[in-house]
Amino acid sequence: MVIKRKEFIQAGSLATASLFLPRFLKAFEAPAMVPPGNKVVVVLQLSGGNDGLNTVIPVRNDIYYKERPGLGIQKSKAVSLTDEVGLHPALTAFKDLYDDGSLSIINNVGYPNPDRSHFRSMDIWQTASKSNEYLSSGWLGRYLDAQCIGCDKPTQAIELDDVLSLAMKGETLNGIAVKDPKRLYGTANESFFRDVLKNHGEAHGEAHGEQPVDYLYKTMAQTLSSADYIFKQSRLHPTASDYPKTELGNNLKTIASLIFSDINTKVYYVSLGSFDTHVNQQAQQQRLFTEMNDAIKAFTTDLKQNHRFDDVLLFTFSEFGRRVSQNASGGTDHGTANNMFLVSGCLHKKGVINALPDLSDLNEGDLKHSVDFKNVYATILNKWLKADDQKILNGKFSYLDFI
Amino acid sequence: MAVPNQLKNQHLLWRAGFGPAVEQLPDLSVFSPQQVYKAMVKAAAKKPSYINVVSNQLEGLMAGIQEAGRQQKKELTQEQRKDLQKQNREGIKSLNMYWLKEMVNSPAQLREKISFFWHGHFACRNLNVYYQQGLLNAIRQNALGNFGTLLKEVSKSAAMLNFLNNQQNRKDHPNENFAREVMELFTLGRGNYTEQDIKEAARAFTGWGANAQGEFVFRKAVHDDGSKTVLGQTGNWQGDDVLDILLQQKQTARFITEKIYRFFVNDTIDTQKVQSLAERFYKNKYDISSLLEDIFTSEWFYDEKNIGAKIKSPVELLAGIQRMLPMTISNEESILVLQRILGQVLFYPPNVAGWPGGKNWIDSSTLMMRMRIPQLINDEDVLNVKPKDDDDQMMGRGDDQKPVANLKKNMKNVGAKTIDADVDWNKYIQAFTKTDRNKLINTLSGILLQTKTGVSEGVIKSYSDETSRENFIRTATIQIMSTPEYQLS
Repeated sequence: MVIKRKEFIQAGSLATASLFLPRFLKAFEAPAMVPPGNKVVVVLQLSGGNDGLNTVIPVRNDIYYKERPGLGIQKSKAVSLTDEVGLHPALTAFKDLYDDGSLSIINNVGYPNPDRSHFRSMDIWQTASKSNEYLSSGWLGRYLDAQCIGCDKPTQAIELDDVLSLAMKGETLNGIAVKDPKRLYGTANESFFRDVLKNHGEAHGEAHGEQPVDYLYKTMAQTLSSADYIFKQSRLHPTASDYPKTELGNNLKTIASLIFSDINTKVYYVSLGSFDTHVNQQAQQQRLFTEMNDAIKAFTTDLKQNHRFDDVLLFTFSEFGRRVSQNASGGTDHGTANNMFLVSGCLHKKGVINALPDLSDLNEGDLKHSVDFKNVYATILNKWLKADDQKILNGKFSYLDFI
Repeated sequence: MAVPNQLKNQHLLWRAGFGPAVEQLPDLSVFSPQQVYKAMVKAAAKKPSYINVVSNQLEGLMAGIQEAGRQQKKELTQEQRKDLQKQNREGIKSLNMYWLKEMVNSPAQLREKISFFWHGHFACRNLNVYYQQGLLNAIRQNALGNFGTLLKEVSKSAAMLNFLNNQQNRKDHPNENFAREVMELFTLGRGNYTEQDIKEAARAFTGWGANAQGEFVFRKAVHDDGSKTVLGQTGNWQGDDVLDILLQQKQTARFITEKIYRFFVNDTIDTQKVQSLAERFYKNKYDISSLLEDIFTSEWFYDEKNIGAKIKSPVELLAGIQRMLPMTISNEESILVLQRILGQVLFYPPNVAGWPGGKNWIDSSTLMMRMRIPQLINDEDVLNVKPKDDDDQMMGRGDDQKPVANLKKNMKNVGAKTIDADVDWNKYIQAFTKTDRNKLINTLSGILLQTKTGVSEGVIKSYSDETSRENFIRTATIQIMSTPEYQLS
């Protein structure tokens, strides 16, 4: 089988594209004016339910060691932050960030009536819904809707993946999933698609109607021109730094190159997993944390060297934490509240910013949350992205002071 | 402008089924939609056969577990549990593939299509293949019957009772999940009941559960037999009574009719039509077949504004292609991968609210993938896209069967896969033996597309292989199917 991989995304195709794009998309073709110091968010999703208690370790808590005779990480092995708090041994770069004032840790983040299904709980986090409410749009998608009324800029929110997460789908606008800017969609049929689009533009002009076919053509036009735009931007100032040759390393390298460009992107979304450690947790978490640690180390070093660390806020989340007690298979089962890391050169409140979980006050073996994740979202939307958090989150959630 | 008969029939076949099949092509201009619908009803009248995909091995394992459970409350060994999960996972895949084949090949198109609607309406995630199989069969048996019976069968299925936590719903420790969803999503819709109604209804459902074989059991000992007031009616209600109260509400008929209208007719509601359909549905005591007949034999169903107005769901798209192009697919898992990438995996709805549908199917990634499928089938493209992991399915073990390579460098050399499809092109091409060569593209577009306009002849022609008539039909068909218009029905 011969794959005709044409370099469809190339300098010049942007101009060609403009000829047949409906007018409403032309505005989008204009160079995006991004002010220097564009504040961006990088979301790092730890899929599968990361075990928070072995991430931020209560090294002086007897209950922790009693409930986890095999899995508990000894104080001497943990990376020490304070007398009370240690990090997983693989997270050495996070210790450096902590010492540097570039790390905040929020403990006990969750939501009322927690759901223990991966899919459902992840939906709750991604849509910012209540646990008995079903939304078909994500919080970052609704951020796009709110920020971008009357314009079409799917590149404002980019996910480093082949498939777009619900978090990035709005009511009217969607973010865009790009695994590799060189290949937004690697297909042998690219030129056909471009001609189809061109033909539609010539025959019908501006997509005026609200018909589904207009929506499909609009999405197609956006996809093609975004592909051009993202690819060009990614080559403007590609980072020269070394990154680990892992999936997360590659993804953060792409993100860094885009941050250094003039792209209008405000949100980057990337996932790592699976943290679903029912069995043999130690090896699995160690492997994933090593990948995370090394990639974050390269990323933050790169941002600092390019004087952009102040403009970037990276945070981690997982759909739930895990149970306090270990199970019989050297692992842990699905739990509830969890901790979040926030990394930036521009943090306000730094370090471990609230109390560790109270292991003597559990709900049937699970942690009780003390911070709603929507407070974290509201803070980021309002203080960092300067967006209307109440509209996006359908309610008022008080702000935290990490930024 | 009058809509031609052929287009009307195609419209009917796409909505009341999974699209026209190649062998139906000669009939499309001959018969009236009324005649075609009558034939569809007849073909769907037969009781559906029970789909059973569970292997003997799994049955043995399940029996062994029950035996062990009876003897002593012994936990499964890690190996046993792992094995059981794997077999359940495989079983649900088989169920998915089996049912998809029914959608493609069954003459009972109407039954499979309305079952597919109920599969989304009574959305249920459950990792036990026995239970999923039981629920699917309950749905297929009652899909064209009485909605009340269907509602009760589904409510008593092990899959739903487990999924909505009714096993944990006990006297003095009510779990309201089932009571809430049955009102919000299965009957009345949001805003038509109070929180107090949910609390009271939950008490009526206490004691409803299922045993390990998936049979419904009523556990009298944990049932709250006190008095409850649900939607203004007071009594010592049990679960069935509450379902009856819900069915007494005209709102239930309205809610279901509106959803059916959206699914089968148009995402944009015609309030008056829905209202009168709902009145009749209620008067006909929730007879589903009558409601469908009201819709598919009406004149307005064939109005221009309803034709080509819906975005096909991924399953409709995948089934529709296979009906028009008869094919044998030797690597079935590639179809599962496509379902995952496109966002609709049978038996894995996103949540109890089902697939939202409409524009929600479409984003940059899914649209481009949809338009690549025909080329993938024709071996001119490779599947180089990786779906997201589903931890509920994989239980932390990672994808044990990765049909798609995660391409980092170049799509040429890494083990990316095609869809191993063997298309019976002869059968398809024969349908056009009488078509004039210079009318071919027009004829093909007319059969494949439901939209008023399509991609111009010139574009299709310039991407088609003109070396022979056969090659021309084949490549033009592939290209017409690779357009935004083909996503609509």
